Amino acid sequence: MLTGTETGPVVEIRDGSVSIDGRPILRQIDLSVNAGQFLALLGANGSGKSTLVRACTGLRPLSSGTALLFGTALSNFRDWARIGFVPQRTSAAGGVPASVQEVVGSGRLSRRRLLRPASRSDRTAVREAIAAVGLSGREGDGIATLSGGEQQRVLIARALAGEPELLFLDEPMAGVDLAAQQSLAGVLGELKLKGTTVVLVAHELGALAPLVDRAVIMRDGRVIHDGDLPSDHELHDSLRESHHHLERPHDDHVPHVGSPLELRRSVRGDHE
Amino acid sequence: MSELLALDFMQRALLAALLTGLAAPAVGIYLVQRRLALMGDGIGHVAVTGVALGWLTGNSPTGTAVIVAIVGAATIEFVRERGHAGGDVALALLFYGGIAGGVLLMGLAGQNAAKLQQSLFGSLLTMSPADLRYAAVLSVVTLLLALCLGPQLYAVALDAEFASVAGLNVRAYNLLVAVLAAVTVTFAMHTVGLLLVSALMVVPVATAQQVTRSFRMTMVAATGLGASAAVGGLMLSAWLSWEFDLQAPPGPTIVLLALAGFVVMWPVGGWLRLRTRRLAPFPAVPGPPEHVPTGMGHAHQHGPDCGHLAVPHEDHVDYVHDGHRHAPHGEHYDEH
Repeated sequence: MLTGTETGPVVEIRDGSVSIDGRPILRQIDLSVNAGQFLALLGANGSGKSTLVRACTGLRPLSSGTALLFGTALSNFRDWARIGFVPQRTSAAGGVPASVQEVVGSGRLSRRRLLRPASRSDRTAVREAIAAVGLSGREGDGIATLSGGEQQRVLIARALAGEPELLFLDEPMAGVDLAAQQSLAGVLGELKLKGTTVVLVAHELGALAPLVDRAVIMRDGRVIHDGDLPSDHELHDSLRESHHHLERPHDDHVPHVGSPLELRRSVRGDHE
Repeated sequence: MSELLALDFMQRALLAALLTGLAAPAVGIYLVQRRLALMGDGIGHVAVTGVALGWLTGNSPTGTAVIVAIVGAATIEFVRERGHAGGDVALALLFYGGIAGGVLLMGLAGQNAAKLQQSLFGSLLTMSPADLRYAAVLSVVTLLLALCLGPQLYAVALDAEFASVAGLNVRAYNLLVAVLAAVTVTFAMHTVGLLLVSALMVVPVATAQQVTRSFRMTMVAATGLGASAAVGGLMLSAWLSWEFDLQAPPGPTIVLLALAGFVVMWPVGGWLRLRTRRLAPFPAVPGPPEHVPTGMGHAHQHGPDCGHLAVPHEDHVDYVHDGHRHAPHGEHYDEH
């Protein structure tokens, strides 16, 4: 399946930065993910982990640096059928009713040609994706009648229907109870066995922790840890909003509106 | 009544109503899906300027209306995508600009109010064969595009981010929906008028989704309802004026008939949903465990003077232990 040119990393970001309205969100990120890896992207709210995934999928263009998927620069990448994406959502419902079958079927579009009806293999893929998340027999149900956890599973099935080689999941565990987490872990475990590369953004890993090969922890738009999954205690420590040894905030970052003169005096004092 | 149907202008009007009734909900469903139900209304207001521009410059009002409506729809889409200053505020600006510009230009062109009213509320019975050809071609093209590109348009309307990662050109498809809506507005101008066209795009969809569970069924039911309302409304208005000499304009009659459909369907939908919920079996949830022994190694024997707070509970005494209660049970204690 893989040709000679594709032995390199599946996802690669080189010196990637993103700023939104002048505010830096990602700062000089270097990240490469190899085929078959199960990578967890962890970090506190606002650490830039979702933005990093959005940069990898082209939803948020890099303000500097390069992003590559399967060795091709994102701007030239056309092989979207190889990518699966589970966006961060609380609900899969829109303004018009839609059945489970239809929502999952829309995940097959990346492999379907324009103006052609769904082929037999398309229908099989949709059926298998629905079965993989344990919703067989619910194909005709309206999406709005499902519980939050079931809707989340529909969104995962939608990504699976395209039979991706690389799957991005943005916080799939948000608002999902333990039983649903375990069933999700089962689905992702099977994908991992098939050799699918998985990039998972998560706040907490829960039942998915045993699957993780590599953990990347972010804070303030930078990667602060890249390697094995730290123990719960270390993880908790590194996710904390502030650093303990930073007793005094940096002068250049924090405006002292209340006491600008005192700050200047203390700076002058340092120099004298 | 059969004499009425034999009239040339009546046959033209019926065909126009049928095509409009089919095509308008087929486009409107994508607007409703994206929660942009009022977009058709905005485009209708902008198209008033287009019609007036046609009269002022001596061109065909329908031609200028289609151009101005497409420009307006693209502008709405652009402003919405950028998200500056709130999409609804941008829509409101276009609404007012469109209607004020239209009325002003129409005054400058020296047109009377009757002509303005025709484009605002429809003039099915004054359609010329050329008007009908134009409306027929546009509505058939619109209907075909809305149906054949259905899977793509549906995916983009459901979740633009997912569609983008699936390789669909989200901006192009959104623009296509906006242009289709603009075209629908102009060919529906004769049927229900610019101010009421949005109703024919939205109301049949709202009615259909009371009882449907899938997008495909909603599409089929909405186009059917739209066509029935358009043809039925036209027949009703013609019959009223034929039999009772009542001046019921066709445009408002069509819209009110569509709304009546919604009013009838709404309680039906509510009843169906209630019935589904009642028939659904309760999920098998294991009850709370009745007997939870305390962890191993509870060597401590609770007693009246062991230091733990004793709480009388029914036929025995519980002891408060590290924030939970222990109840004696044979040789060990149970967690309460």
